Amino acid sequence: MSDLRIEGYEFKPGFKGMAKDTGSDQTMFKGVHWGKAMMWIFLLSDTFIFSCFLISYMKGRGSTIIDWPNPSEVFGLHVFGVDVPLLLIAIMTFVLITSSGTMALAVKYGYEKNKKMCGWLILATAIGGLTFVGMQAFEWGKLIHEGVRPWQNPFGAPQFGSFFFMITGFHGTHVSIGVIFLFIYAYKTFAGHYDQGKRGWFTTMKGDYVEIEILGLYWHFVDLVWVFIFAFFYLW
Amino acid sequence: MSEDFNDNKTIRAQSSETISGGGSGTTPDMDYVRPAEVGEQDLYHGHSFITKWIFCQDAKVIGVQYFLLATFTGIIGLILSWLMRLQLGFPELATFMTAEHYYQFVTMHGMIMVVYFLTALFLGGFGNYLIPLMVGARDMVFPYLNMVSFWSFFVAVGVLLASFFVPGGPTGSGWTLYPPQAILEGTPGSGYGIMLMCISLILFVAGFTMGGLNYLITVLQARTRGMTLMRMPLTVWGIFTATVLAMLAFPALLVGALMMSLDNVLGTSFFMPTILKAGEVLEYGGGSPILFQHLFWFFGHPEVYIVALPAFGIISDLISVHARKNIFGYRMMVWAIVGIGALSFFVWAHHMYVSGMNPWFGFFFATTTLIIAVPTAMKVYNWILTLWRGNIRLNTVMLWCLGFIVTFVNGGITGIFLGNVSVDVPLSDTYFVIAHFHMVMGIAPLMVIMGAVYHWFPLVAGRFLDEKLGKWHFWLTFLGAYSIYFPMHYLGFIGVPRRYFEMYDSPYVTSAVGMNEFISLAAFIVGAAQFILIYNIIKTLKTGKPAGHNPWQACSLEWLTPKVPPEHGNWGDRLPVVHRWAYDFSVPGAKEDFITQTTPPSEVAHTKVEKT
Repeated sequence: MSDLRIEGYEFKPGFKGMAKDTGSDQTMFKGVHWGKAMMWIFLLSDTFIFSCFLISYMKGRGSTIIDWPNPSEVFGLHVFGVDVPLLLIAIMTFVLITSSGTMALAVKYGYEKNKKMCGWLILATAIGGLTFVGMQAFEWGKLIHEGVRPWQNPFGAPQFGSFFFMITGFHGTHVSIGVIFLFIYAYKTFAGHYDQGKRGWFTTMKGDYVEIEILGLYWHFVDLVWVFIFAFFYLW
Repeated sequence: MSEDFNDNKTIRAQSSETISGGGSGTTPDMDYVRPAEVGEQDLYHGHSFITKWIFCQDAKVIGVQYFLLATFTGIIGLILSWLMRLQLGFPELATFMTAEHYYQFVTMHGMIMVVYFLTALFLGGFGNYLIPLMVGARDMVFPYLNMVSFWSFFVAVGVLLASFFVPGGPTGSGWTLYPPQAILEGTPGSGYGIMLMCISLILFVAGFTMGGLNYLITVLQARTRGMTLMRMPLTVWGIFTATVLAMLAFPALLVGALMMSLDNVLGTSFFMPTILKAGEVLEYGGGSPILFQHLFWFFGHPEVYIVALPAFGIISDLISVHARKNIFGYRMMVWAIVGIGALSFFVWAHHMYVSGMNPWFGFFFATTTLIIAVPTAMKVYNWILTLWRGNIRLNTVMLWCLGFIVTFVNGGITGIFLGNVSVDVPLSDTYFVIAHFHMVMGIAPLMVIMGAVYHWFPLVAGRFLDEKLGKWHFWLTFLGAYSIYFPMHYLGFIGVPRRYFEMYDSPYVTSAVGMNEFISLAAFIVGAAQFILIYNIIKTLKTGKPAGHNPWQACSLEWLTPKVPPEHGNWGDRLPVVHRWAYDFSVPGAKEDFITQTTPPSEVAHTKVEKT
């Protein structure tokens, strides 16, 4: 809240300021775009979805009587004659986290109205996301090839396959939706829709660079969820 | 396309004038309200029939659409309950009904009434119509998303009703859809029925999330000048808090429904333990049925309050307006709503006392459950204290309000029985439970809906509903509902189990035959009485007494629109400016017995109105 000024309203620092904003009229989060506030609340709801998934996974893993497979063996790759545990997953995580970085830069260049840099960085983010989904598809293919199915698993408890495919699939769907939107937004940035305030095709809302930040919030959230999935599936 | 938008010069001029209007010489200092922070909302104005009435982005039309579709679904639920009562009271007349049919009707009745009727009607219907009007916004903040929300609900209802026509029929596993039986052969609808149910629920949650985001952001970020959170009518508080609950509770239902569909379609074993069937081990194994119960009730209990909190809010406003008194303890009411909402996430396992979970767990949940009685009782006392020495208008709206208070207290007291583990164990799965939750979250919220319909119909349609028909409707419903559910408590005490298709010759049940017949007769009458309302609406739409502006002399913003019924954009060319709360009734010294929220302080300086 550094440079935000509102006529007739005096900001206060800290907790008092929060209480004052809450008690004030018109808006609770001063100067926050409607869409941005919406995305935060949506992500809170989505957090509950992923929490339910992961808690169910813990419960399922805790209550099965057949041994859970060893993740460093199941997820290992055999490259150049050496078994490397968690190799693919390390690359996937690296790519996804990097794409968060390019997304953050895209937001910065967007607010500077640097159309070109912003567009390229969104495109880079989209390609990072696409690479992630591609590698996930490869991993799914490898596991399926080895006989892991949602209903069976040659390495141990069948719930391993069930939870793995369901949760990574749900996360992968999130990433894929994000990638689609990133491509659309990259096009809109290059075409100058955000500079001209061109109305969206579906929503008929005027385009604004804040949309890139909103998509960025979603993208960072998807990354953060991946960190949890990574910890719960691959490191536990 | 751009000509569809509100690029109207007059509105621009007006709003820029209002923005700088605070300090201009004409308004006295005491009336000063901070200028607007956000510019005028950019609205899409439909021109064709389709964009105006079908794929419409106006929250008021969407609210009415939600209302009508939810009512339609509710009538199907009502007919199903008739069929169930026919079987229970007069099995010899219901020879067309098999046990499978009965279970399917029970399941669909429960799911329809809780999710597709009450939730959709309170949040989708009243929420959409009232939130923008009550907080002084031109529309919901994301009108397009709002439209998609309704059409997702429409598809969800379509999928749900489609399950009546697939092989095997709709699912018959009870509205709680407990696995493993929900997807095992032998349960009606174990193939397609349960699948469509899960898909429909997922669609409903997706659609609701879109609507819910709208309600929350409209309340948080799109209030008009002068409208602080603590000046909002309690209706908005109730709907707002219920929406927060829904955004956090529906995820559990979504996850549960998704996992159940995978168990059903792909043969995973999330919820399926090892099962022996006719001496053979099924392919399922290793899953946890209790996990589903936890997921379901983590949604299911907040769901009770998703229905109840809007009802609490609405009833507070109705009582205040028709008793011509400010609501007693407004701040306490707000905190009670918020407190109940928060507590509702810590009580879910009181639905699972007999599921075999650790008894200590039950002890914890019994404690939290009983704590909820505190804020709830505070609300009841406040309603009664609002009525106390009020200038009560005993019209239809007030009758429904009084009916609600009585019914709600009744259902709340039996809730204290069921919240205690040791009392619950013998009573669980009997008709006592049925009586309890129908009283507290069936009839009580329904009374609020009816009261709200009689109260806000003059705003939506511009005409009053007929009072005489309304009184018939009320008394038949009120007395009839008590005739149905009072005896059911007794049935529960003598041990009649719920969800049984037929009682055969069990000795403790033969004594209940006469009572079952009586309950069924009452149910037929109460159900039929609801059609009085539909007749009333159709009749008065054309011939009812015109209501005009603010017919109930209320203070809140929804009655202060320049046109009745309000048109798209709600406020004409100037947004209202709010100076007080919505409950300044019977202020000593004032000309009339109400002071609207937009009345500036300088006009009522001579009265004893308090600063709010």
